Amino acid sequence: MRVARVALPTTVDEAVVALRDAPGAQLLAGGTDFCVEVNFGLRRPPAVVALRRVRELRRHAVTPETVVIGAGTTYADMGDPGLSSALPALAAAARTVGSPQVRNAGTLGGNVATASPAGDTLPLLAALDARVVLRGPSGERTASLGEVVTGVKTTSIGPDEVVVEVVVDRRPGPQQFVKVGTRNAMVIAIASAAVVVDVEAHEVRVALGSVAPVPVRATAAEVHIADAIDWRAAGGPRASEGALARFGELVAGAASPITDHRSTAEYRRLAVGVIARRALERCVARAA
Amino acid sequence: MVRSGAGVAERVTRAQRGDRVGDSPVRPDGAQKTRGEFAFSSDLWMDAMLWGKTLRSPHVAARIRSIDTGPALAMPGVRAVVTAADVPGRPTFGLELPDQPVFASDVVRYHGEPVAAVAADHPEAARAAALAIVVDYEPLVPLVDPEAAIDAAPIHPDGNVFRHLVVRHGELGASGDVVVEGNYEVGMQDQAFLGPESGLAVPAEDGGVDLYVATQWLHVDRDQVAASLGLPADRVRLHLAGVGGAFGGREDVSLQIHLCMLALRAGRPVKMVYARDESFFGHVHRHPARLWYRHHATRDGDLVKVEARIVLDGGAYLSSSNAVLSNAVCFAPGPYRVPNALIEGYAVRTNNPPCGAMRGFGAVQVCFGHEAQMDKLAAALSVDPVELRLRNALERYDRLVTGQVLTGAVPVREVIRAAASHPLPVPQDPAGTMMALPGGAGATADPVHVRRGVGFAASMKNIAYSEGFDDFATARLRLEAGADGEPIATLTVATAEVGQGFVTLAQQIVREELGVGRVVLAPASTAEIGSAGSSSASRQTWMSGGACQLACATLRSELIVRAAELWECAAAQCLFDDGEVVRVETGERLLVRDLLVPAPLETTEEYHHRPTRALDADGQGDAHVSFMFAAHRAVVDVDPELGLLRVVQISTGQDVGRAINPVQVTGQIEGGVAQGIGLALMEEIVVSEGRVRNPSFTDYLLPTTLDMPDVVATVVEELEPDAPYGAKGVGEPPAISSGPAVLAAVRDATGLPVTRAPVRPQDIAYAWRGGA
Repeated sequence: MRVARVALPTTVDEAVVALRDAPGAQLLAGGTDFCVEVNFGLRRPPAVVALRRVRELRRHAVTPETVVIGAGTTYADMGDPGLSSALPALAAAARTVGSPQVRNAGTLGGNVATASPAGDTLPLLAALDARVVLRGPSGERTASLGEVVTGVKTTSIGPDEVVVEVVVDRRPGPQQFVKVGTRNAMVIAIASAAVVVDVEAHEVRVALGSVAPVPVRATAAEVHIADAIDWRAAGGPRASEGALARFGELVAGAASPITDHRSTAEYRRLAVGVIARRALERCVARAA
Repeated sequence: MVRSGAGVAERVTRAQRGDRVGDSPVRPDGAQKTRGEFAFSSDLWMDAMLWGKTLRSPHVAARIRSIDTGPALAMPGVRAVVTAADVPGRPTFGLELPDQPVFASDVVRYHGEPVAAVAADHPEAARAAALAIVVDYEPLVPLVDPEAAIDAAPIHPDGNVFRHLVVRHGELGASGDVVVEGNYEVGMQDQAFLGPESGLAVPAEDGGVDLYVATQWLHVDRDQVAASLGLPADRVRLHLAGVGGAFGGREDVSLQIHLCMLALRAGRPVKMVYARDESFFGHVHRHPARLWYRHHATRDGDLVKVEARIVLDGGAYLSSSNAVLSNAVCFAPGPYRVPNALIEGYAVRTNNPPCGAMRGFGAVQVCFGHEAQMDKLAAALSVDPVELRLRNALERYDRLVTGQVLTGAVPVREVIRAAASHPLPVPQDPAGTMMALPGGAGATADPVHVRRGVGFAASMKNIAYSEGFDDFATARLRLEAGADGEPIATLTVATAEVGQGFVTLAQQIVREELGVGRVVLAPASTAEIGSAGSSSASRQTWMSGGACQLACATLRSELIVRAAELWECAAAQCLFDDGEVVRVETGERLLVRDLLVPAPLETTEEYHHRPTRALDADGQGDAHVSFMFAAHRAVVDVDPELGLLRVVQISTGQDVGRAINPVQVTGQIEGGVAQGIGLALMEEIVVSEGRVRNPSFTDYLLPTTLDMPDVVATVVEELEPDAPYGAKGVGEPPAISSGPAVLAAVRDATGLPVTRAPVRPQDIAYAWRGGA
């Protein structure tokens, strides 16, 4: 009988050592993905390094310029008043994850490291050009989300590296996260979109989930709408009906979805355009 | 819950008496279940027990060239491996006919069919050993289209058509002024009970076996297990373990025979618990259906004729497909007076997952068709859909299309009026929480994107088994004095408590009949008592309830005889009155406790409903005992651009005969509505080329609290003449017309046809974009 060894580090450095000492070891944070795979018999790692006791991973810090979110921050933690006022779309994304029990367990670091196309925090992180801080035996490195998440459930994270934290620059202006599922809660995304409006830089940032192997930015849509918005309109930025409709079309065009047992490629493309446009309309007024 | 009908006034006067028929005492197992202390079958444990694991076919259809169990047997901790070659008795099992192999021997006919089973010291060892068994498969081209199956080369020696049933009623050439036609489709729903299949088999010293298992019918399991073990029935003893829901999915044998074979082979107790994914392969599902309908009516809106063709996909093995088809055909018109009908039904064999019983049993699928047709007809006639239903509603002494005359309570108009009369919910509040809109937590919709629709549906279904089946129930009642002299009634029934609350009703009935407060339910076991029949078909309140009532009546007579002997008078001069025997002439009274001094009293009674008959070659005959009726009105908010939905309210009227326990009736209505709207909105086993794509609760979606609407219910109490206390069953009707009402509301909100259950977001969004 193979019984997995379990390491219980209390610091990130101890976790790195534990990983080095047990080749093939699996990091365990909330377990909301990993334990499901174990139960399905898909994973039987020889050792597990459990991160629950690593308290430094669960910190977050909000400054005027950046938000630093520890990898151990749970979905429930993302509703924390300080964090959610700095990143309301992250709190909104976290609220769509699973049940309260799952939100109490699952973590931001786990969402990044699992790298599911349906990872609910990933579109917002992609929209904000998040930087992922990783620590391994040779020290810390920082990589963009795109460098870390390389494909469907594949990452560039080394076998002895730990995701320590995620850093994003603050963007002044409204932001939204919208997710489509066949049920009104506790559902894997069929399509999702994060929209961030930067009212100082006059930028719109849009990233999509569940419509491509990795979170994708709708760059053409971003460029189009940034040009089309009247940023200096009295009462806040506004855009014309035609510009908003075109935005939705360009977002849909940025998707490269698949058909599977959850939905069809055609619906995913349709839905992601609709929700991105609706998200933007909550941030930007429609010109008469 | 609102109540209407004859029973109400009577009950007010006895409300003081507590815990009897018409009251709502707390369930005896309620506190334990609420606290998580109730022992379900998955909690069974014995020292030195082994763990069983089933090996299942990864192929949809394949020939088995060879099976080598050697590598598994050679693994440490493995105590037994069994295959088809090891089945000591009958190699097959089945509820209606034994057409399903205990283990596949030469051919596998569905994805997940059992091929072998292993018992080992540890569940991980059992899992590894099952994977070590080498099976050489030659994959075959699967037969997955039910229409094609009718004429395709047989994939089983018994052929591909389980049953072809035609109802010919009235003038087949009749036609109406107004004709509407439609095609409808219903997907494969799962019972999705929360307690997975599990049990513990213990070899006995007599060479037999004791099996503790979660099931719906101990005795029919026992007979199938004994036949396959080649043992006399009395050496196979089945004991009911804690059941975590059933909904029809525990009518068929799943792990029962495998477990007993392993225990007898290993000479040790063996426990088996299916994981959730295995549970999806381990039990039958609701039949997917394809329906074609043509309704004829006069210009005034009287139904003239219903034509229908129904194809049910039964999957690889028979299970209860014949009976499900019988219901689908019989109830194809819905609860309406139909003078002429031609209804043809097929239940067919394919290489899809086997289908059988599920709450509503054939009536659910056709309800999506007949109710969409009634709405279509109302639109064609420009009349209100509710008025059209009231106009055509069945009444007592009407005939069904099977020729059967309705002699019981038929309050169809009452349930329709009740469902239609509850106040509509307030319009959506534009400033309200986004969570309350379609899309819920995903925040997909703003109020401007949402349209509200209202839909209506009505339904009927039979109670108990049909077509000549004598599904009796047995009860033994013992009355004795407790240590303090107070009487204790001990009731022994084999009735499976699957969550429906019969344990509560049984106590209420004994208290009602004997006035005895202390009522103990003995464990349910085939070793103790005869069959109770199945906890299915909304039948146990009537059948096991009837057996309990009979047993009480017998003991009451015996108490009267004892009193008469003491008083030296004729028994005819004594009456039983609320726990006492009264001598009419003198007014003298004797308490039950005093009458139990000489000796305890005990009786065993069988209750049989009146006989039914099989349908003849034209689908005619008195096939059913009794019928239940219900109507549902759904209010649904729809975001048509995304195809997302939120059911706001279900309003229902339900014919219950009499509410023996009103709180439990409410529970059945709310739970049934959840299951009904689940089928309408999201619940579907996705099968492609015979392969199950979503065997998990991640992807087989059940309604959450954010999907569940407010339910407002009126129970209509019109006593059923034949039934104990006039009570009908209540479990199935809420799951039948609630879903069709939801789809009607989606049609109302969008103007789209919506012909498929469950309706998928893309079904609405594509059509909306196409039409907009």
